[in-house]
Amino acid sequence: MVSTLILLSATGLGLAALYFLVASGLSLIFGLMDVLNFAHGAFVAVGGYAAWTVADHVAGGFGLGLALIAAVAGGAALAALTELFIIRPLYARPLDQVLATVGLGLAIPALLQAVWGADPRTWTLPGWLAGTVNLLGAHIPTVRFVLIAAALALLGGLRLLLARTRAGLVVRAGVENREMVAALGIDVHRAFTGVFALGGAAAGLAGLLDGLYQGSISPGDGTSLLIFAFVVVVLGRMGSLTGTAVASAAVGLVQQFANYLSPNLGDESVVILLAAVLLLRRRDLKGRPA
Amino acid sequence: MTYQSSVDQVVADRAPTATEPILRVSGLTVTLGGSAILHGVTFDVAATGVTALLGRNGVGKTTTVKSVLGLHPIGGVVSFAGTDLSTLPTHRIARLGIGYVPEDRAVFAGLTVEENLRLAEPARAAPRYDFVYELFPVLRERARQPAGTLSGGEQQMLALGRVLLGPARLLLIDEPTKGLSPKYAGQVALALGRIAQQVPILLVEQNLAVVRRMARDAVVLDMGRVVHTGDARDLLADPSLTNRLLGVSAAPVHSTTAKPAPAAAPAADLEAGAW
Repeated sequence: MVSTLILLSATGLGLAALYFLVASGLSLIFGLMDVLNFAHGAFVAVGGYAAWTVADHVAGGFGLGLALIAAVAGGAALAALTELFIIRPLYARPLDQVLATVGLGLAIPALLQAVWGADPRTWTLPGWLAGTVNLLGAHIPTVRFVLIAAALALLGGLRLLLARTRAGLVVRAGVENREMVAALGIDVHRAFTGVFALGGAAAGLAGLLDGLYQGSISPGDGTSLLIFAFVVVVLGRMGSLTGTAVASAAVGLVQQFANYLSPNLGDESVVILLAAVLLLRRRDLKGRPA
Repeated sequence: MTYQSSVDQVVADRAPTATEPILRVSGLTVTLGGSAILHGVTFDVAATGVTALLGRNGVGKTTTVKSVLGLHPIGGVVSFAGTDLSTLPTHRIARLGIGYVPEDRAVFAGLTVEENLRLAEPARAAPRYDFVYELFPVLRERARQPAGTLSGGEQQMLALGRVLLGPARLLLIDEPTKGLSPKYAGQVALALGRIAQQVPILLVEQNLAVVRRMARDAVVLDMGRVVHTGDARDLLADPSLTNRLLGVSAAPVHSTTAKPAPAAAPAADLEAGAW
C-alpha cells in the first residue's frame, strides 16, 4: 500500500515536472505580454525532435548531453523567432495574435510529421537512466527523478533570475504594468523576446524529458502536454511562478491518483478541478479581483 | 552651498525669459476604441515653471499626457525641444528626459521601494539618490518594504522620486494630490514646488489651491479641445471664467476669515493646514 502511494506520487510529480517546464514559460509570457501562446506545444515538439535526432546520431551519455543542448537551443531559437516575426507585428491586434499562435501550433507538428513520420520514434536510454530506484519498496524509474530535478532546478533558477537580476526586475515590473516600465525608459520589447526565448528553452527541455519519460516521441506530444499546461497556468494564476509550481504538482498528483482509482478518470478529474477553482475563485487570471 | 541656495541660483539663472517652449503640441488628435477623444489639441509648455492642464473630468487631460509619451497612437505633431516625438516608441521618449507620474501613481506594488527606484535608474547618468532621499526621506526609511504596502501619499512620493533619479528635462504629472489626505497633499505639493524650480512641469491637477500656488500658465481643455490658454492666476482670479471652464468656483481666498465656496473647501483646507 505504501509502495503504491509512493509510486503514484513519484509518477504524479514526474508528470507535474513536465507540466511545470511547459507552464512556467506560458505563464511568464502571458503575465508579461498578455499573449496566450498556443504555439508553446510546438516548441516542446521541436525540442523533442531536435534532441532525439542528435541522440540518434551520437550514442551514450555524451549524446544525451548534446541532445540536451539541442533541445534547449532549438526551443529557445524557435520561440525567439516566433516572438520577433509573428507575435511582435501583431501586438496591436491581440485576436490575430492568438490565431497566429494557433496556426503555428498546428503547422509545426504537421511539418515534423512530414519529416519524421507520424509513427513514434523510440528513445534508447543510456543504461544508468534506464533502471529503477528502490524507494521504500517502490520501484521508481530513474527518469522520473531526473524530471523532478530538472523542474526544481528551473524553478530555483527562474526565482533567482527574477529576484536578483536587472532583467528579472524588468520582467516582474512588466508583469504588473508594461506601460509604466516603458515610461521609465526601458525597452520592454527586449524583455518580451528574452522571456519568449526562456519559455521556449524550458519547453524544449520538456520535449527532451517527455521523450525520455515516455520512451518515445511523436509529433503531437507537445500539443497534448500544452492542454494540461494551460490548466496549470489558469489554476496557478498567470504570471505567478510559485503558483505555477504548486498548480503543476496538484494537477500531476490528482491526475495520477484519479487514474489509479479508475482509468480515464485522471483527465476528467483535472477538468473538474479546473472548473471548481474557476467557479469558486472571485479573481481574474492574474489574481486581481474580478 | 546649501540646497536652497543652489535652487535659488538655478531659479535666478532661469528667471522668466521668453525662451522657446520645451514642448509644443499641435493639432493632436487621438481616437481610442473608435471614438475620438482629442480633436486637434494645440498648446505649448514653457521651458521653466509649471504649466497646468485643466478641465472637467473626461475632457482628455490624461489622454493628452499619455499621447505625449507615445502611449496612444496619435495624429498631429508633438515636439520636445525640437525633436518630433510622434513616431518614437515610449521608452525612447522617456530617455529624452521626459518623466511620467501617472494618475494612479503606478508604483510596482510587488517590488520593494528600493527596487522601484533601481528600475528607474537612468542608463547613462549617475542616479540622483541624494536629491530624491533629501526630498522624500520616507523612501529611504521604507526601502525594503513592498511599494504596495505604502500609503497613497508615500506611493505618490515614490512615483515622483522615480522620475527624479534621472536627468529629467520635463515632467508630466497627472493629479498628484488626488485622493491624498490634506497632510500628504500638502507635503506632495510642497515637494512639487521645489521640483518645479529645477524642471518644467506639465501638471494635471484638480486641486486649484495647488494650481494657484504653483502654475504660471494654464491650458484648459473641454471635450477634447483647448478652450483657454493664458496666465494661471488670471484664470483662477476670474470666478465666471473658472465656473464656466472648470465647473467650480475658485475665487481667490484673500483672508482666512473669508468663507470659501463649498466647491473650493478642500483647497482651503490645504492652504490653511499644509503650509
